[in-house]
Amino acid sequence: MSLEDPQTIRKLWIVSLVVLALLVLADFWVMKDPHHHAHFGIDGSFGFYSWYGFGVCAVMVLVSKFVVGLILKRKDTFYDD
Amino acid sequence: MTEAGLPPPGLILVLGGLVLPLLRGLGPAIALLLPLLTLAAIWAIPTDLTVTMPFMGQYDLTVLAFNPPTRVFATIFAVMAFAGALFAHPITGIDSERGKRWRVELPAAFVYAGSAICVTFAGDILSLFIFWELMAIGSTTVIWSAGTKEAGRAGYRYALVHFVGGVLLMAGILAKVFALQSAGVADPLALHHYFFGAAGFEGLSLGTGDLAAWLILLGILVNAAAPPLGSWLADAYPEASESGTVFLSAFTTKTAVYVLMLLFAGTQLLVYVGLLMAVYGIVYAILENDMRRILAYSIVNQVGFMVCGIGIGTAMALNGAAAHAFAHIVYKALLLMSAGSVLYMTGKRKCTDLGGLYHSMPITMTCGIIGALAISSFPLTSGFVTKSMINQAAADQHLALAWFTLTAASAGVFLHAGIKFPWFVFFQKDSGLRPPDPPWNMRAAMIFFAAVCILLGVPGLYGPLYSILPFPAAEGETLYAPYTVPHVINQLQLLLFSGLAFFALLPVLKRTLTITLDADWFYRRLFPGAWKHLVRPVVLAFREFFDYLFNQIPQMLKDTVYSPPQETRVFKEWGLGGAMVVITGFLFAYLVLGYIAA
Repeated sequence: MSLEDPQTIRKLWIVSLVVLALLVLADFWVMKDPHHHAHFGIDGSFGFYSWYGFGVCAVMVLVSKFVVGLILKRKDTFYDD
Repeated sequence: MTEAGLPPPGLILVLGGLVLPLLRGLGPAIALLLPLLTLAAIWAIPTDLTVTMPFMGQYDLTVLAFNPPTRVFATIFAVMAFAGALFAHPITGIDSERGKRWRVELPAAFVYAGSAICVTFAGDILSLFIFWELMAIGSTTVIWSAGTKEAGRAGYRYALVHFVGGVLLMAGILAKVFALQSAGVADPLALHHYFFGAAGFEGLSLGTGDLAAWLILLGILVNAAAPPLGSWLADAYPEASESGTVFLSAFTTKTAVYVLMLLFAGTQLLVYVGLLMAVYGIVYAILENDMRRILAYSIVNQVGFMVCGIGIGTAMALNGAAAHAFAHIVYKALLLMSAGSVLYMTGKRKCTDLGGLYHSMPITMTCGIIGALAISSFPLTSGFVTKSMINQAAADQHLALAWFTLTAASAGVFLHAGIKFPWFVFFQKDSGLRPPDPPWNMRAAMIFFAAVCILLGVPGLYGPLYSILPFPAAEGETLYAPYTVPHVINQLQLLLFSGLAFFALLPVLKRTLTITLDADWFYRRLFPGAWKHLVRPVVLAFREFFDYLFNQIPQMLKDTVYSPPQETRVFKEWGLGGAMVVITGFLFAYLVLGYIAA
């Protein structure tokens, strides 16, 4: 089994997506836990950490690449003489 | 308890380090013992002991005193010096190429580490400053010892930035000392006069009368690598050798965290500085192609969490910042050891040149992944039991902006360091490179720190770390309970969905042969460019006019009023950096002599 094999990559994707789905569903259990409490309202809602984690990362990647990168990116020989 | 004649533990490393090259073949073995001796001294000294020595006749310097965060910082600095020395060990003997570099790099690294420990033991502002400056000299030498042209130039820029930071700090200290003296305070150097904190700093106006606290804060923020004062970090650290960068990652920024914690705890401005650092580090790391620069930017990101915690200023937040500094030093050094091993074995540092190394470097990969999981605060790693205290403090204080940004940054850590580093170096594509794992000493150093990353995160085993934090729990109470069902699950959700974002957006994240301009552009391009293309031509064009204005007219005036005998110049003007080196050298020599005399 090689990690470069498309078959392996496909299997890894399936396993990962199942794990992610189970993690979202785990919120049913978490929300009944005595330690569960929201500090700001929305952070206690169902699935918050899942969509927030995905959302902010997507935003950070896109902003880095297409806003900051567009303005400040240079060839890596920029400072060479 | 006060006692004269006992040296601060950090001096064992500083002085021992300087002797190492003279010990020839024994040097590398002694180098492993010195940090352990220092660690033993840190723990053997009773916490109520203070050691003072007279300074310039009228003051006493307190070179050894325990402040609340002293033990946790001093301990990890000593442990780091040990692991770093193990990683840098010149396996092939001290006359080999690597050994020749070792003879310069390791003594410099020990002076650097030892003076960082001395900073944590400083009981007054002047001895703190002296060792602060000595750190700059040690760390610059570490960078230079890589021996490349790039390292030479980057080290020079690094030294300039740090001496400017040192001047800011010194100016602030002097302003405060004079203010205290004119108010008739008997001990103007005592640290407690410099506790600006919430009341002291927020009460200040921006007026010129209150410059001292601002100058001191700016001087420290240069070393904390807060943007835009921190571009020196990603500029200089990755130019050091594979072992030099490991040392560099640990001391400068974390000493700044220690001093901020002591002097500016609760200063609200630092909440925002910390958040800016956390986000800035992620954005720059996402765009970066050089594996060690990715990790350098991620230092800024992690120190941002600590600075934010210091700004929040509650016991929970300060404990979190101190604990996180401890955990961070270990996993960051581990990540840089992993990257350093790859660099050492392949000679390559760009993600575009690497990939597929999992085939032949299993230990380097495993240790790198453990460091990556720890920096991402995965459950069962050190980051999980430390960083979450800062988030918890933000939630407890209902600081919504801080909490949502820190949580976003926690997800971003996994993205920019936790997955990005291992993915592009060890997986990604098959680069065809098949280097073996590095020599035994580098493997041992990595395995040691990987074990620490995991052990600190195991339920029940993080207790010793919690017990040396600045505000330990009262008898019978729990300092903080990281392992609750919601915390574990929520953290996994946050991180794994961040991972999903990484792989979903992989085409956008594809590495390119680029760098991203940072604030160092101002002193690397704008200022030299402005001088070359603007100021100099103008000056040259007006040379005759200026010559008339500044030379001939004054000369005429002088001749008409007074004709002095011909004088020869007996002194030469010094650059600021050179003068600071000499002054620091003098102060340090004085300290050593004073100690010997005492």
